[in-house]
Amino acid sequence: MSGIPHDHYEPKTTAEKWIESRIPVLGLAYTTLMIPTPKNLNWMWIWGIVLTFCLALQIVTGIVLVMHYTPDTTLAFRSVEHIMRDVNGGWALRYIHANGASLFFIAVYAHIFRGLYYGSYKAPREITWIIGMLIYLAMMATAFMGYVLPWGQMSFWGATVITGLFGALPVVGHDIQTWLLGGPAVGNPTLTRFFSLHYLLPFVIAGLVAVHIWAFHTTGNNNPTGVEVRRGSKAEAQKDTLPFWPYFVIKDLFALAFILIFFAAIVGFMPNFLGHPDNYLEANPMVTPAHIVPEWYFLPFYAILRAITFDIFFIDSKLGGVLAMFGSIIMLLLVPWLDTSRTRSGRYRPMFRFWFWGLVLDFFVLMWCGGMPAEQPYVIISQLATLYWFTFFLVVLPLLGVIETPKTPPATIQEDFDAHYEAPAPGAGAARPTPAE
Amino acid sequence: MIRKLILSTAVALGLGAGAGLAAETGAHVTDFSFSFEGPFGSFDQSQLQRGLQVYTEVCAACHGLRYVAFRNLHDAGGPALSDEQMRAYAAQFEFEDPETGEMRPGTPPDHFPPSAISNAPDLSLMAKARAGFHGPAGLGINQIMRGMGGPEYIASFVTGFTGEEREEAGTLLYENSAKGAFVAMNPVLSADLVTYEDGTPATEEQMAKDVAAFLMWTAEPKMMARKQAGLTAVLFLVVLTVLLYFTNKKIWSTQKGEKKKHA
Repeated sequence: MSGIPHDHYEPKTTAEKWIESRIPVLGLAYTTLMIPTPKNLNWMWIWGIVLTFCLALQIVTGIVLVMHYTPDTTLAFRSVEHIMRDVNGGWALRYIHANGASLFFIAVYAHIFRGLYYGSYKAPREITWIIGMLIYLAMMATAFMGYVLPWGQMSFWGATVITGLFGALPVVGHDIQTWLLGGPAVGNPTLTRFFSLHYLLPFVIAGLVAVHIWAFHTTGNNNPTGVEVRRGSKAEAQKDTLPFWPYFVIKDLFALAFILIFFAAIVGFMPNFLGHPDNYLEANPMVTPAHIVPEWYFLPFYAILRAITFDIFFIDSKLGGVLAMFGSIIMLLLVPWLDTSRTRSGRYRPMFRFWFWGLVLDFFVLMWCGGMPAEQPYVIISQLATLYWFTFFLVVLPLLGVIETPKTPPATIQEDFDAHYEAPAPGAGAARPTPAE
Repeated sequence: MIRKLILSTAVALGLGAGAGLAAETGAHVTDFSFSFEGPFGSFDQSQLQRGLQVYTEVCAACHGLRYVAFRNLHDAGGPALSDEQMRAYAAQFEFEDPETGEMRPGTPPDHFPPSAISNAPDLSLMAKARAGFHGPAGLGINQIMRGMGGPEYIASFVTGFTGEEREEAGTLLYENSAKGAFVAMNPVLSADLVTYEDGTPATEEQMAKDVAAFLMWTAEPKMMARKQAGLTAVLFLVVLTVLLYFTNKKIWSTQKGEKKKHA
């Protein structure tokens, strides 16, 4: 599967040969697990495993929660309380699932910004990046619909606001909104279809994840230098890489365990910190909450939505906000073609680095503004932050490729690695143990 | 390094933003201390029983607890009434038997009745549906340091009547400093309103704290199990992380030496 020269699987026992000649799954597993991986990957390359873990965690806890949940507007809220009070370990399942969504988004944002910094979207990894963005979009849809299921006040009013966005589209908007809701307003048909899709989409995500992995196993991983692994021969490739197992599997598991300490502490000691108190009130179409706020992971885009408070020609502010919000995500999809620099990694791009950290800061500013009421000074801050977001992608990225003088990256990954680490101690064992050891 | 520090701080701060909306102006919530605060805090069984008494004798006149079953009063980690006490408690209430249509005394699987009047909210989840602490600046730091503040809000609310009254559309409203607004509920607590069986002096603040603690239990009856499991999970994961740290170091030791100083 990988374009990097490497060992191939040789079935040894009779059983292995029997299976491999019928379906080459053992070879597939071997190639996937033993893929040559750049040996200079840093700690920002651990998010993939965290994300895979989150997906599995959400699917497993979600499937069990479904066994006790009732998707009906008269029973949904009560069935969640039934899970919290009467189901054995139900409180754990629900708190893990709810906070698991937050961990999932922390990891995906770290993963996306890692990709941006190190230019992981650049040729030949555009498809990996695009599929990643599709996964992110599917995650947002899944998380949004999942938040509606407990049928609390924020569930109901969040659903009302977000589906209302589609109503802002010209001509077809109203019909699309009705079609999404299954009626004129958020009600039982909305809850049942969101439940159905909330169950379906994670499996779509799982499929996309497989393709995402397939794509980067074809191109090979990017790495902090952005320099490609040498592919002239197996011996040459081995100077730049180490097999995924055991080097990166153990490293990633270590990072995962470390992150899970904090996750367990949040679930155990402050499980409602990331939620909204209003969602412990049952949905009531007659009472609008004072402030309708989405979950924290949507806040940056919610801020962009609300930043457009003025009409632009024939586009009114509501439609303008919707276009800006979707546009801000489309920027991410277009990044492979907006970035004109031939140097891949931000490590060697001094001007890019400045603007990149500005973007990270901008993201948090937007997140903060999204949680604040729609009044001054938050509106003007949101507007400036929205301007920065679009300027970064539409002006800075294309321009930097022309005006920036990048530093020279090392010639090879091995060179970068040797520049950072002493040679292994002589007694430390063979330079390259065989995978079977 | 500084960059990483800024980034992680920003992450920590940004996350609380969703829950950290500015409080209604003028609202004041006192940070009462409760035995169940913090990772190691636990419910005080006598306090929960006193809170149950306050709820039964005072709050229940208007407010319901429809998500709570009588049998839960017997659960360990809660008020933990004895089986006989719990059954006797349930039997005070009357329920219509759906099959015969006749009234019968309450039994352990029955739930507390819902609110007696329509504008009195159900209290089962109130301690989680209110946040006493916010900010600063929408960052949610106060909620990390002091907790969400649900029970503190309840205790502040029931003791927070300023004595100001106002008539609106024929209804008398009462100013409440915890909400920072006029509310329909009238002040109900006064010293020695209930007589505690354990001899605790029934001051207003005592009753307020007791009923707030009880309502925290009705909102989160599995809190003790949750903290216990959380602690076990954290300790287990710390050990696992340490083991994986050394495993990782050992495996990589054949591939790389010490990190160079200048790098």
